[in-house]
This record gives sequence, structure tokens and C-alpha cells, in this order.
Amino acid sequence: MGKGDDMTVVLALDKITKSFGPVEVLHGVDLELHSGEVHALIGENGAGKSTIMKILGGYLAPTTGQVLLDGAPVTYRSGPEGEAQGVVVIHQEFNLAPDLTVAANIFLGREISKGLGLDHAAMRAATAELLTRLDTSIRPEALIRDLSVPDRQMVEIAKALSRKARVLIMDEPSAALTHREVEALYAQVDRLRAEGVALIFCSHRMDEVSRLADRITVLRDGTVVQRALRGEMTEDGMATAMVGRELTDIFPPKDTSSGETLLELRNFTVQSVVKDVSLKLHKGEVLGIAGLVGSGRTELAEGIVGLRPATGELRIHDRQMNIRSPREARDARLAYLTEDRKEAGLLLDKNLPVNLTLTALDEWGLRIDTKREKAEMVSARKEFDIRAASDDMRAGALSGGNQQKLLLAKTMLTDPEIVIIDEPTRGIDIGTKQQIYHFVRDLARQGKAVIVISSELPEVIGLSDRVLVMRMGRIAGEVEGAAINEENIVRLAMGLEREEEPA
Amino acid sequence: MKRIDLHVWGPLIALIGLFILGAILNPAFLAPANLSNVLARSAFIGLIAIGMTFVITQGGLDLSVGSMAAFLAGITIMAMNALVPVVGENWGTIILGMGVALLGGVAAGYVNGALITKARIEAFIVTLGTMGIFRSLVTWLADGGTLSLDSGLRSIYRPVYFGGLGWITWPIIVFAVAAVVGEWAMRHTRFGRHVEAIGSNDRVARYSAVDVERVRLTTYVLLGALVGLATILYVPRLGSASGSTGVLWELEAIAAVIIGGTALKGGRGRVWGTVVGVLILSLIDNILNLTDLVSPYLNGAIQGVIIVLAVVLQREKRTAE
Repeated sequence: MGKGDDMTVVLALDKITKSFGPVEVLHGVDLELHSGEVHALIGENGAGKSTIMKILGGYLAPTTGQVLLDGAPVTYRSGPEGEAQGVVVIHQEFNLAPDLTVAANIFLGREISKGLGLDHAAMRAATAELLTRLDTSIRPEALIRDLSVPDRQMVEIAKALSRKARVLIMDEPSAALTHREVEALYAQVDRLRAEGVALIFCSHRMDEVSRLADRITVLRDGTVVQRALRGEMTEDGMATAMVGRELTDIFPPKDTSSGETLLELRNFTVQSVVKDVSLKLHKGEVLGIAGLVGSGRTELAEGIVGLRPATGELRIHDRQMNIRSPREARDARLAYLTEDRKEAGLLLDKNLPVNLTLTALDEWGLRIDTKREKAEMVSARKEFDIRAASDDMRAGALSGGNQQKLLLAKTMLTDPEIVIIDEPTRGIDIGTKQQIYHFVRDLARQGKAVIVISSELPEVIGLSDRVLVMRMGRIAGEVEGAAINEENIVRLAMGLEREEEPA
Repeated sequence: MKRIDLHVWGPLIALIGLFILGAILNPAFLAPANLSNVLARSAFIGLIAIGMTFVITQGGLDLSVGSMAAFLAGITIMAMNALVPVVGENWGTIILGMGVALLGGVAAGYVNGALITKARIEAFIVTLGTMGIFRSLVTWLADGGTLSLDSGLRSIYRPVYFGGLGWITWPIIVFAVAAVVGEWAMRHTRFGRHVEAIGSNDRVARYSAVDVERVRLTTYVLLGALVGLATILYVPRLGSASGSTGVLWELEAIAAVIIGGTALKGGRGRVWGTVVGVLILSLIDNILNLTDLVSPYLNGAIQGVIIVLAVVLQREKRTAE
């Protein structure tokens, strides 16, 4: 076992199984977390990573088997009890009170008091120190609701750090972070490792696993299929182990035969964010839009479909349009798949058919044709390979990948001609990503015009026929064909290069 | 899934239990006259509660309905009295008066809805305001006293409340029809689906090309129309309206909706449940009046316990998922 032997095992799983109702999702998992070591847990969506994280943190009890802390069965029965013993979980969904300040959140439940009242100054100072350590510029007295998603993630991390964790469990810690913040996070992980903390995280980013993990455990369908130490596994090897088959052709072949212009923007400005954007989108084309978080990509898309007030010219089929709402966008056969599928894409507490037909329902007349709804569900499940135990389950209970497929099916049910997809594969495993990439390319092949907005450069590069790079609300430049590579895009996104405006 | 159904059936089981209890405690309970009376009196709150189910399901609230009913009753009576010299003491006057009630309800609902969706003021605040306004207006119109319907009209109008098919009087029939149509609309129409979607997550609904503002506005207008309908059935019962007409109806209607299993935060509407909720509240009142086990003055306390209990049951369901 090499490196692991001289380390102490802090937290371990011993033959853990977990069943939800009649379904067993973990089948006898063994896992050891060593102090001073970073452990990566990887696997496709639904492989059981989150369940393991929750069992480690005390949020779920195993059906059989034992969780051992320092060699003895754990006594904590809930997340907060686990935290009190130094086992801290950073959840993917934020656990912050939006109306309280950053400092109040970090000290929630453990407030420092002075006499009868709270010692605000001490808490602010301690918070400021934590945040400085994380290399962020968040103010301790800022309200959580005013913070961006990445900033909230940093607050979550600061909160965990403040709990003096012995074991830190992180569920996709970098999913919402920008490049710089990711670096700050990595630095913190390194620091905690040096301090002897046992860390475990799960991630869909193979580069991150290579960078951070001393030990890798690959999970497939609730079983450990491979364990490796640092350097024993390539990124390709990880992907293959997760999926259980060779992953070739993650990206479908490009098809550059595009046709007439379907969508054209001239001096398109979206209030206070996007300025003077002009672009043309052609039939049969996949146009990538890259740029840093905050560069105005999502705002541009939301402006196009009428979710944000916009000025300038928007032409579809060379006819000037005035689209002021998603309804008008739909009627112009223009569709937008939001990046925020949980809060803006799907009704998580409704079943699958209700979600599937929501946008298309207006064309169905007053009464809902239940038979037709069922039939549409059957064909959507087939066409988009939506895997669900039953149509009647809540959309929120689907894995991220299946939610994304459902969202895609829902959007395509209105038969749009122009499709804008924002972050098509956020939080999705590699196998499903590949499927989604093929769906996207198929749309283009069917003669639709597709815009893909993504923070993942390999995705933009692998998928797009043409890439527009946004920076500070403007189009910084365009790359096409062989020029679509990481370096060109990053240079434009960072403003290192001023490309000639196309005349 | 099978287990959760118990929560759906819970209110119905409670209703059946109450019914059996009533029958055991006093044989007079089962007399058609008594049942007819209970159902007819349920009809006012029932119609309003059906409309309230849609409003609450889309994530809204309407506190003004009790005052609105009083105000509509007031202007309906005044309109009918004013029409007597012109049209005469006949059905024509009454039908015109009914039109006033209905249109007045639609207009009042529209005012609430427009302030909420167009001026973007919170539903609680808007309807708290209009609750006070309607109440004050009817008191002012009645000059602090009572507005009474012309006695000739009253005798023509009476059968609308007291008549019907045998002991099944018109209010019962209207209530039943509204319940069936309401359940159908919630379950099987685009409107109902949109109402649930908005209450479940209005952002998702907006992104899904649902006209969120219009659907919301429509629920308030629908509720106003149902308040108007309830008023049409209520006026012939007493033939009068005053500042104390319809006091606390809004809370009874909201309570019935909640007891019936509609989530107060919206997203899940059950019109059948609301009907059951209304009947539970009426039966408790009736049983307390017919028996001397518990003082009828404790009616409010018992209703309060039931409301809290119903919400506790709903919460257990959520954690069970």
C-alpha cells in the first residue's frame, strides 16, 4: 500500500451497504481516510458518491456495516454531531442563511458572545482572517444574498475551515468556482493536508483529481471497482474505470456545412451587462460562446430570449423581432436551456411528464391530453435515454445527468429552430456528457442552429464549429476551425490579445 | 407511494369519522333538514375556498374575501333596491342584481390581482389593505347599520337559497358543480397545471414560457367571481348586509384549503381536499350545536386544533419522502 501504511486511518467505512426502500445502492463499500492525505472519490452520477459522503458525515445511516472513527464505531448520528467531533461536510447545495452576513453564517450556532450580547467585532475579525487566508475579497459584513455563487462556495469553505476539521468531506467543491478561486481552493487543500487533516472529495474534473488526490477510489454502481495511488492512473484511465468501457469519441465529429443565417444580432445590449454584441448564427451550426464567469454569456442568452430587457436589433430569418418574454421566444421557435436546472429549469417536486410538457402545453388546447402526455414521455425517454425508475418520480430525485436530459427533452418538445444551451453538462458524469454532446451535434445536423455556452474549455473546443469569446460584456473575438484551441480562447477571455474586429 | 396516499385520504377519513360521531351523538344530525342546512351554509365558504385553493396553489393569498363578500352583498342590495322603481319587483331586477354581484366580484378580484402582479406588491399586504377598504366601504354604505333588501324582492329571491331539488337546495347544487369543475380545472387543464407550476417554482414557470403574471391575475379574478357567486346565494338567506357580514370568512376559507392538503407555500392544489376541509369545519360547528358534550363557544378552539393538526400531518409527509 506504500504511502498509506505509515499514516493513521482516521475515518473508515467497513463493508457498508445502503438501501433506499427495496433498492440497494451501495454494495459493501470499504474505504479508509488517512490523516494528511487527500482522497478522491470518482464515479458516474448515480454511482453512489453522494451517498458515501453523507454516510461519512453522519447525514445518513448505513443499512449494514460500520463507520469507524479512530478505529471505533462512530457515535455521531447527524451532521452537526459529526461536526462537533471534527468531521465536517461541505455540501454541493449551499447551507447558508441568505439574509445573514458572511460572519454571522460562519459563526452560526457557535456565536462568540461578550456578556449578554454578541461580540460582533471578534466574529468579523475572525471571519476576515479566514477569508484572507482563502485569498478572496469577500467582506465579512456582506449579506449572503448579495454574493455570487462562487463567493458563496468560498464562504462554505471558510465555514468548514473555521470548524477545525479533522476530516473534511467535500462534494464537488470546485463546481461553481472560477479559475482563480479554484487555485485558492487547491492551495487550501494543500495547506490542510500539510496540517494532517484527512480530506475526501468527489469531482467530475479529472484534471482536478490528478492535481489533488493522493489516493483515488473509483465507484461504479455502488461498488468500488478500482483503487489507485497518486500517479498510478491516467485521466483517461479514470474515465474508463468510471464508465466501465473505453470512452472513444467523447465529442462527435464536427460538421461544418452550415447554411443560411437564422439568428442575427446587431449592437445588441442587455441592460448593464452586455454591450454592443453583434453575431450571426447559421442553420446547422454549433456556435460556442466562451468567456470567464461574469463575462456576460448567460446575460446575453437571457437577453435574447426576453428574460432580460435588451436593446439593439435581433433578426430571425432576416426579420426584425422584438422578443420580450420566453413566451414570445418560444413562439419565434427560439429556445433557451438554463444553466440553473434546479432553480430555473425543472419543477423538482413535480413528476416527469409534468416537467416534460410544461413549455409545450399551450399548443395542446385547454384540456390536457393525458394519453398524449404519456406517449410524449415514452418517446422522450427513448430519444434522450432518460433513465428513471418511474414516470411518477419527482424530477428532483433524478440524477443530474437525467435531469439535464429531461430538460433537453422538454425544450425540444416545442420544436425550436434555434437552441441556446447554457452549461450543457454542469455536474454531469463523463458518460452522460458524451451522450449530451452527441444530442447537441444531432440537433445541428437536423438543421437547427445551436449556441453552446460553457465554462469548460474542452467542451467548447470539442463541440463548436465556431467560438465567440466574451469579455466584460463584449465579444472579445472569434475563433474558427483549426484556430479553436485553449490558448487562443484563454488569451481572448483574459484580454491578452486584441483581435481585429471583423469589418 | 401507497403509504403517502394515507395523507391524501386523511381528511376524508376524518370527515367520515365526524359524520359517524354526529350520528351517534344525536339522531337529529341525520335528518335531511339538518344535513341540508349544514351543506347549504358550507356552500358560501365552500365556493370561496375553491377559488382560494387556486390562489394559494399559485403561491398567493387573499385576505379580503370576507370583506369583499360583505361589500358585494351591500352593493347588490342597493342596486336591486334602486332598480325596483325602474324594472319592478320581479326576476329581472334580481338577475340584474346578480350581475352586479358577479361583475363586482370580478372587478374586486382584478384590483387585487393587478396590484399584486402589475404593481408587484405582496399579496398579503395588498389583500390586507383591500380587506380593510371593503369592510369600511360596506359599513359606510350602510351608514353603520344594515342594508335591507326590498321586501317584495326578498320573497321572490328566497327560493334561491331555500329552494332546490327537494332538500338538496340550490347552494348545495352550485357548490357541488363548482367543486367538480374546480377539481377538473386543477387536474386536467392547462390553467391548473400552470397554477401548480407557478406555485412550485415561479422562476421555472417563467423560463418555461408560462405567462406567470396573467395566470396569477386570473386566479384572483376567479376567486373574486366565486365570491360574487357566494354573495348571490347569501343575500336571499337574510336579505340584508351590514358591517358584520362575512367576518372571518377569509380565515375559514384559508383553513379549509389547508386542512384539505393544499400546501400553504403553493405548488400542490387539491380542490377535493378543500371541499372536505369545508365540510369538516361545518360539521364540527353543527355537532357542537346539536350536542352538549362541549360548549359551542369552543368551536373556534377545536377548529384551531384541527388546522394545526392538518399542517403537522402535511409536514410528516414531507419528511417521509
